[in-house]
Amino acid sequence: MTLRRSMLFLPGANAAMLSTAFVYKPDSIMFDLEDAVSLREKDAARLLVFHALQNPMYRGIETVVRINPLSTPFGLKDLEAAVRAGVDVVRLPKTDSAADVHQLEAEVERIERAAGREVGSTRLMAAIESASGVINAVSIATSSPRLIGIALAGFDYVMDMQTERGDGTELFYARCAVLHAARAAGIDAFDVVYPDVNDEAGFLKEVELIRRLGFNGKSLINPRQIELLHQAYAPSKEDVDYARRVIAAAEAAERDGLGVIALNGKMIDAPIVNHARRTLQRADATGIRQ
Amino acid sequence: MDITQQLSAQYPALAGLPAFAGANATTPYLADVQRKRERKLCASLEEAIRQTSLADGMTISFHHAFREGDKVINLVVDTLARMGLKNLTLASSSLLNVNAPLIEHIRNGVISQIYTSGMRGKLADAISHGLMDKPVQIHSHGGRVHLLQSGELKIDVAFLGVPCCDVFGNANGSHGRSRCGSLGYAKVDAQYARQVVLLTDELLPFPNSPVSISQDRVDYIVQLDEVGDPSRISVGAARVTSNPRELMIARFTADVIEHSGYFRQDFSLQTGSGAASTAVTRFLADRMQRHGITASFALGGITGSIVDLHKKGLIRTLIDTQSFDSVAAQSLADSAQHLEVSTNEYANPSSKAAYCDLVDIVILSALEIDTAFNVNVITGSDGVMRGASGGHCDVAAAANLTIVVAPLIRSRIPTVVRKVTTVVTPGESIDVLVTDHGIAVNPARPEVAERLQAAGLPVLSIEALYQRAISLTGEPQAIEFTERIVGVIRYRDGSVIDVVRQVKS
Amino acid sequence: MKIIKQAIAGTLESSDLQVKVSPSPDDTLEIILSSEVIKQFGQQIRRVVDETLSKLQLTAGIIIIEDKGALDCAIRARLQTAVLRGAQCEELNWEQLS
Repeated sequence: MTLRRSMLFLPGANAAMLSTAFVYKPDSIMFDLEDAVSLREKDAARLLVFHALQNPMYRGIETVVRINPLSTPFGLKDLEAAVRAGVDVVRLPKTDSAADVHQLEAEVERIERAAGREVGSTRLMAAIESASGVINAVSIATSSPRLIGIALAGFDYVMDMQTERGDGTELFYARCAVLHAARAAGIDAFDVVYPDVNDEAGFLKEVELIRRLGFNGKSLINPRQIELLHQAYAPSKEDVDYARRVIAAAEAAERDGLGVIALNGKMIDAPIVNHARRTLQRADATGIRQ
Repeated sequence: MDITQQLSAQYPALAGLPAFAGANATTPYLADVQRKRERKLCASLEEAIRQTSLADGMTISFHHAFREGDKVINLVVDTLARMGLKNLTLASSSLLNVNAPLIEHIRNGVISQIYTSGMRGKLADAISHGLMDKPVQIHSHGGRVHLLQSGELKIDVAFLGVPCCDVFGNANGSHGRSRCGSLGYAKVDAQYARQVVLLTDELLPFPNSPVSISQDRVDYIVQLDEVGDPSRISVGAARVTSNPRELMIARFTADVIEHSGYFRQDFSLQTGSGAASTAVTRFLADRMQRHGITASFALGGITGSIVDLHKKGLIRTLIDTQSFDSVAAQSLADSAQHLEVSTNEYANPSSKAAYCDLVDIVILSALEIDTAFNVNVITGSDGVMRGASGGHCDVAAAANLTIVVAPLIRSRIPTVVRKVTTVVTPGESIDVLVTDHGIAVNPARPEVAERLQAAGLPVLSIEALYQRAISLTGEPQAIEFTERIVGVIRYRDGSVIDVVRQVKS
Repeated sequence: MKIIKQAIAGTLESSDLQVKVSPSPDDTLEIILSSEVIKQFGQQIRRVVDETLSKLQLTAGIIIIEDKGALDCAIRARLQTAVLRGAQCEELNWEQLS
């Protein structure tokens, strides 16, 4: 179970940031070649990211590259650079249908073979940024075994919906749709960027909402948001204690060869045990909530 | 026979006692109502200098409480140069970027020897490249007082800029347009100099108070248009940084303090003045409030962020030897528990008691720190002097927990190195290093390492931090120096801990 | 590969570098390097530059580098970007860029 609570966006054309961002320890780092990079600098960003990905300092963190859409002159070159440099996950922007994923998949496999990289080792993430994407969320989420998750991208989506970012009402349906699709497909769901870096209270409010909904994580645009997010996702002491008891009961049942796990007279089945494991994993990663 | 004759006849040992010669024999000015009031006032700086009989080869001194806004040092040395004086020893508590004009005076032989706690900018660059015939003596703040007490440094005339004083010389730093806060450095010079000239831009009615420098230490007073540029003396208190890297380091530092074992009721601390220190202070305040802990005192180097905690009731007493910003200067004037102390009381190892001796936790910076925890705060990685010894080795030696805070790499320059270019503070005084890549604890403090590890903090060996730095930047080439020594680094007890050699051009 | 037009890549921000390339009047390769950390890392930077240019098989051009303490990976990237722009190279040969 890979923890993906925090995905830090880094603008691919910023050399200084790429040289220092590994100190922040988010769960994943996303090198952006798309919206954060001007047209004139697409080639420069691609090479910066190509080399940064090979820096040993990024080895301990899951790496993601957001390529330009394959329909642009940049997308395929971005993909070559990312796959050849050993990126963990490629994020496809503006995914509207399963066909988009299949097209990407085919190119990724071609490059893996050409570069001598283990076929299947490059994972994928689909970003939903339109009404069509939301409607097709289930078929997108189940379109490829390479998919590790689907993300909702707020800015382009609300524009497509002809509204604007506000208190979250505008994202209500999209969030639920993306989440359900992810769960049905057994992959992760990621929420939108919170753009106001200085509004800590607003950020925490949104994090609390999406955490309760069940999102695995969120895209972040500033390292300061990482610690806040991890703290919000940290389990409480009570949660951790309970999780420990569940795991202990599960282990005891296994040792005794019992088919059924019982705790306090109640039957504990597999989903509860898995949930307990996830809780302890989050606890290990952040410590108990302050 | 008159009385003294009668006295010496009976007691030959008392033959030397002079006979009474009139009520004002030794204080003739008292006979003149105006003269007795104004006898110290000099019409000009030149006149004051003439009155002191300052001659070639003597020692002059200054303080640096006006920081980059100081006008006194340059003005006085310019004047001395014009008056044809030569071969003077200049002892300033520190020298800054604004003192670049001294280069000319050194070239012309006006100044031939310097004692200071640090230098910056063009002056430091020139001296690093061999400008002076004699090496510059770099001392700590406490160490300077020790040199005065041991007699190595003998100040003939101290030229002390003060924001206000009265006709007798009662001066303080907390009032007046050019106010700078604590006169901690100046107090020492006023005590040890053979003669003291006060330069002020605000002559206030007698008697002036509070009294930081007392009238009984002052010889002459000169009124100037400006002793300092107020906009550069005391800038506003530093805002908390928004730089995510600095914030991360600050958070680690607050974590280290919280779990160090020294974070308990009535603890004491000292922080630096940088943006990272301000952030640490803010994080610390949250934790103090959460745990219901208050501090007995903060020592320094007092900043607005420390004053903030004092006002919130989190720190009972502030002990101030230098006020870094206008908030601190104001607090010195307003708060009864904000005390001004001299450098002697602050950090002198030969003083009968120094406040730094009872500090629990101190946060310090570093240009370089090596794998033996030795710290360099004076020379850059290019071998050129650009910093100050300051109070670094003083407080590090005395504090219960000395924490050095720095990014692991600054641009491509590693902070953690194999061996520092110059040792200013020995590794045995340093307990913890906090960087953005992790925390290293001096092997001599295993109990601290255990506590930090138990708290889940990222503790690695300093060797591991060094390897991380090198893996990112590559191994730096050794800087080339000539044989010639241009600086002597004096430890706080006067001993020589290291030397600075001239950089090869 | 040769530089056939003027091109520039990178910035003068701390931890970055700016690379300006222009055609060589006499068909030679000339490299002018200035760096904030020339004393500490001059040799290493020069090594990375030479290695990068030789992999690209660049034979002619004037390369002016102004470094502000960039790490090796940024140096490689900026140099390759400037050279590819200056040589008007559209096709990327990934073996040459590694």
